[in-house]
Amino acid sequence: MSGIPHDHYEPKTGGEKWLNSRLPIIGLLYDTIMIPTPKNLNWWWIWGIVLAFCLVLQIATGIVLVMHYTPHVDMAFASVEHIMRDVNGGHMLRYLHANGASLFFVAVYIHIFRGLFYGSYKAPREITWIIGMLIYLCMMGTAFMGYVLPWGQMSFWGATVITGLFGAIPFIGEPIQTWLLGGPAVDNATLNRFFSLHYLLPFVIAALVVVHIWAFHTTGNNNPTGVDVRRGSKEEAKKDTLPFWPYFVIKDLFALAVVLAVFWAIVGFMPNYLGHPDNYVEANPLVTPAHIVPEWYFLPFYAILRAFTSEVWVVQFASFITGGIVDAKFFGVLAMFGSILVMALVPWLDTSSVRSGKFRPMFKWWFYLLVIDFIVLMWLGAQPAEEPYKSFALVASAYWFGYFLIILPILGVIEKPTEIPATIEEDFEAHYGKTSDASAPEATPAE
Amino acid sequence: MFKKLAIGAVVALGLTAPAASFAAGAGGHVEDFSFSFEGPFGTYDQNQLQRGLQIYTEVCSACHGMKQVPLRSLADEGGPHLPADQVLAYAEQNFEVFDAELDDFRPAKPVDHFPANTSAGAPDLSMMAKARAGFHGPYGTGLSQLFNGIGGPEYIASILTGYTGEEKEEAGTLFYENHAFPGGWIAMAPPLSDELVEFADGHDNSVHHMAQDVSAFLMWAAEPKMMARKQAGLVGVLFLTILSVLLYLTNKRLWAPIKGKRYEA
Repeated sequence: MSGIPHDHYEPKTGGEKWLNSRLPIIGLLYDTIMIPTPKNLNWWWIWGIVLAFCLVLQIATGIVLVMHYTPHVDMAFASVEHIMRDVNGGHMLRYLHANGASLFFVAVYIHIFRGLFYGSYKAPREITWIIGMLIYLCMMGTAFMGYVLPWGQMSFWGATVITGLFGAIPFIGEPIQTWLLGGPAVDNATLNRFFSLHYLLPFVIAALVVVHIWAFHTTGNNNPTGVDVRRGSKEEAKKDTLPFWPYFVIKDLFALAVVLAVFWAIVGFMPNYLGHPDNYVEANPLVTPAHIVPEWYFLPFYAILRAFTSEVWVVQFASFITGGIVDAKFFGVLAMFGSILVMALVPWLDTSSVRSGKFRPMFKWWFYLLVIDFIVLMWLGAQPAEEPYKSFALVASAYWFGYFLIILPILGVIEKPTEIPATIEEDFEAHYGKTSDASAPEATPAE
Repeated sequence: MFKKLAIGAVVALGLTAPAASFAAGAGGHVEDFSFSFEGPFGTYDQNQLQRGLQIYTEVCSACHGMKQVPLRSLADEGGPHLPADQVLAYAEQNFEVFDAELDDFRPAKPVDHFPANTSAGAPDLSMMAKARAGFHGPYGTGLSQLFNGIGGPEYIASILTGYTGEEKEEAGTLFYENHAFPGGWIAMAPPLSDELVEFADGHDNSVHHMAQDVSAFLMWAAEPKMMARKQAGLVGVLFLTILSVLLYLTNKRLWAPIKGKRYEA
């Protein structure tokens, strides 16, 4: 396996040699856990661990919840209440699972924006980025289908609205929608297949996570300077890196404990803060809620979906040149998926040769504006579709696309980067001063 | 560094969090009633829950149901906590349920649930205190819920005290003006009046107090494990805080030689 040069596992005892010649699993684990990691990683690099923890948390709590849940339109809602009232610790399990989804998305958004700022998507990490985007898509699918399972009002109507998006595809939309739902409308067949897929997709995510980790273990981690680890020799690499164990394991565990303390406070003290009250009303196909609002983590994209109404000239133009095939509804759907697509394509849209945003004086400000734009879109996604929110949403959506499609390609050409440290070691020493011994010291046990 | 991390976590949660709860029930004026179960350390007032149960039984249950709530849970700790024999007597005296095996009605037992609603249009009250949001602002962000709570019980109490006395008839249905109800007109006749329910201990039975008592009871009905949950929350937060401190110190000790600092201990 290529990668940063470092010491590999050598089987010593007879038993180890026996195993290693048949299944080199210890060597694989050793190489994974001892991977040389840039020593200047900052605190924005902790969210990967949080994400891994979230996946395990969701699968573990989910497996137990499934033991008590009934995926049937007449019983799903009551079975969730059965979990809340009768199952030992059931209320904690369910609140952990529901809020765990929110923690998952908080972490993935910070993780993605960290990547966007420090240029973690740039060569040679494009595949890591694309796999990450696939994980994110699977997460959205899983979360959406999971939200349908309690069979509350927002479950039902959210499912109706979102699957309706597929109905907007010209010509083949309606058959696709019917195929997805398993019938003409959201009903028992829909609930059952969503339940099945909600159980399946997390394992797809787990597999993608392995590939994601494999990819960046091959290229090595990015770091705040974006400067590559020197790979000439083991000694050279050691000046820029430290082994993942114990240095980054302990650092990440500390960060995870802090994040979990906040998370646990939310679960314990305000578990319904992030939910929607309407979902404590059983699904009723005859009563439409006043406002259908998706979960918070979908709001930015929901805002983009709704921003492109038939009054917008771009929509009218698209409708005109396609002879009416692309109507406002379909345009909105394209915009929503497009907003994620442009993010996935960012490795090829960003023309700058400088990796880290730290050394890009103009990029920085556009990036901060993108973060604000994302938060504004999130707020707009929860507002009713009326003025002034509609105009705001249009401007905010335009900036999202403008950032990826116009600003990033142009910045790479016109921007003059500031001075970049030659090595990671230099960056590290600029922070902490020169250590007497340049090579990485061994960790010593505490006295 | 610690600060940055904390900001990362807290800001993300704070900013992204609350928008979702904007929509439900916007419009009416909800008074911020004070309840004993507010805040991270708030607990249910057992006497208040028992008074609320009495109001529910004598007034609300005439039309509304509470089909998700098992009668036996009235004996639970962290709830009304009635003695088992009282729960049995309460179930038998107040409710009849249809028994498929007998093919007939029989007096309810503690293993049964509260009956479903009896009157078309009267919503089930099992989760009513969680199914409504009393607070939404500012600017539809829902951030006020961080401090006030979501406001379900406040919403119920505001409805019960929000009648103005005005009535109107529309398409054969009588509507009552209520300034807490979205739209201002509600189909439910004012259910409470002063001294409607007599409490054994002579507790204040004005509309205002009864509205609060029954709202507290409905909050328990919606969230019967709240006290156990808050306790688990507190223990967990304390544990994770201590763990964080230990890991912080471990991390500092581990990195000290790398960062060229002499470790003093």
